[in-house]
Amino acid sequence: MAVLMNEDSRVLIQGFGGAGQREAATSLAFGTQVVCGVTPGRGGQEINGIPVLNTVREGVEQYHANVALIFVPAPFAADAIIEAADSGIPTAICITEGIPTLDMVKAKAYLQQSATRLIGPNCPGVIAVAEKARAGIMPVEVYMPGNVGVISRSGTLVYESVDQLTRLGIGQSGSLGVGGDPVIGTSQREALELFQNDPNTAAVVLIGEIGGTAEQEAADYIPEMTKPVVAFIAGATAPPGRRMGHAGAIIAGKAGTASAKQQALRDVGATVVESPSLIGATMQQVLQAQGLT
Amino acid sequence: MKLHEFQAKEILAEYGVPVPRGRVARTPDEAAEIATELGGKVVVKAQAHTGGRGKGGGVKLANSAEEARHAAGEILGMQLVTHQTGEAGLPVHSVLVEEQIDIARELYLSIAIDNSAGKPILIASAAGGMDIEEVAGKTPEAIHRQLIYPHCGFQPFQGRALAFAIGLDADLLRPAAELMGNVARAFEENDGAIVEINPLVVTGDGRLIAADAKFSTDDSADFRHPRLTELRDTTQEDAREVEAHEAGIENYVKLDGDIGCLVNGAGLAMATLDAIKFEGGNSANFLDIGTANNPEAVVTALKIICEDPDVKTVLVNVFGGLARTDIIAEGVVQAMTSGMLTQPTVVRLAGTNVEEGLKILDDSGLNVIRADGFAEAAQKSVAAAAAASKG
Repeated sequence: MAVLMNEDSRVLIQGFGGAGQREAATSLAFGTQVVCGVTPGRGGQEINGIPVLNTVREGVEQYHANVALIFVPAPFAADAIIEAADSGIPTAICITEGIPTLDMVKAKAYLQQSATRLIGPNCPGVIAVAEKARAGIMPVEVYMPGNVGVISRSGTLVYESVDQLTRLGIGQSGSLGVGGDPVIGTSQREALELFQNDPNTAAVVLIGEIGGTAEQEAADYIPEMTKPVVAFIAGATAPPGRRMGHAGAIIAGKAGTASAKQQALRDVGATVVESPSLIGATMQQVLQAQGLT
Repeated sequence: MKLHEFQAKEILAEYGVPVPRGRVARTPDEAAEIATELGGKVVVKAQAHTGGRGKGGGVKLANSAEEARHAAGEILGMQLVTHQTGEAGLPVHSVLVEEQIDIARELYLSIAIDNSAGKPILIASAAGGMDIEEVAGKTPEAIHRQLIYPHCGFQPFQGRALAFAIGLDADLLRPAAELMGNVARAFEENDGAIVEINPLVVTGDGRLIAADAKFSTDDSADFRHPRLTELRDTTQEDAREVEAHEAGIENYVKLDGDIGCLVNGAGLAMATLDAIKFEGGNSANFLDIGTANNPEAVVTALKIICEDPDVKTVLVNVFGGLARTDIIAEGVVQAMTSGMLTQPTVVRLAGTNVEEGLKILDDSGLNVIRADGFAEAAQKSVAAAAAASKG
């Protein structure tokens, strides 16, 4: 298995509108079990062969869903996250962008006293490649099975680095997008721990961004790892004080700069890539040097 | 969204935070009138979205209504240049005219989100009136923090703890805790991103007063604060960014290079700027098109980019996930065939529906510079920009 997802993953989709339905179809075609959708008030319908329910709890009880994938619009998304946690589902993955930060503060406080792990929000989701388990919005055709895990704040940079790896013939165990918002369910550090503990992963690509100190906190964990880490920090050329698309990507102090994060990662032995086009090639060198290919 | 100091103080005052007496003025006459009301001795402060206003000549003391009129006359209409604004500076269309206060001590108080803890955090320091990051760097022990627990909210003991830590006298403990609680309430009820009171002043007669105030709100919560969004001052923003915003493009940031960028996803968009720099070029903008649902959205974004006179070359770099590359290609073709997009255009497409997207570009017969992969996209756009600037 890779991290969080495997052959036994049974995905429930919260907010089963256009995007949710389209991604459900892609996941089903890939080989993932998508067991139900949840749209309050639409319970009893069936869309493209997938039953629609009114509540997450019904999905857990009747369809044994164990992953909630959330597409609910931003003003209502925190409610959806808390509903998922309240239903006891082990993993909730929130794709939604633009959730008010203070809504996430409340949701995170709820999650901390529940058994549910949240990935995201504002993330591309999670995929376990060999297990054909996909809960997210990533394009499946760029992946190939292998032993590299990919962690990123950004969705498109997951696709970019996976594509670079695949073109070089380097497969992936899976990818996990932690999300681009200031307050998220699972940190880069926790994501590193998940891949460190995954027997199918031999090395990790970590893609951070300017803003906050999450990369420094991830760096603190790297000395405990036995697997090599190749890292890239997006936003080295971004002006300070400006929000660069992601709500969390704003340099508010020295710790938030790309150079501070690169230094923290170098200091603990991670291989830091200067250009985003060299992520795949650098991982290839690291794998060869360590005899991991 | 950033608010002006006078707007920040109006909000804080509604929550019971003591602020100096005063009002905003838009003409020298108004400034003189307010100074008269306040007894003559005032401070006249430029209202612009930047720190360091004093050093930039945007804050002046006046000891009479006439002096206030003169000071306002000098400040109103100026382009205020500070260490935060860049050379162009920011226009000043209003001044805050306030009573002068008798300062015994200058303290620091702020509230923001601690991303790692996932909670709001109150920060206080006895070192007020200074750049707090410098204080944190040189004397981290001078910074005191209290996390706010979402289920119970800010508690008075936390305010007392901070008040003790920054050395307030016993008779100010309660007022300080109350003030902090009020700031926390203003932050939470208005979806604050940061509220900073620097300095928080202890007056000669032992009162606490917010002498300066900075308030930014969370853009993601605009939908539930119609009143706040009316306070937005677009004169403090880049004109192209305002135009982009009005066209529904939220994530556009003007930069000073010559390669216009249209990218999907904030991370890829930042990385595209980095890759261009790595190849020796400079980007004219950051633009995350997000999930473009129709070609018109792509055309609108390209319009914002190619109407920028700095732009010599356009780079479209899209790795489709939720975004569909065929829709992006359709938008590029429309923008070029209509004669709107005339700069050399490099297009790199990958991911969702890439075969359809590339076919649309091929079938159009247009002179699109195709790039395969990220490195090639950056290299080709840097080369095209260099060729274009040579003429």
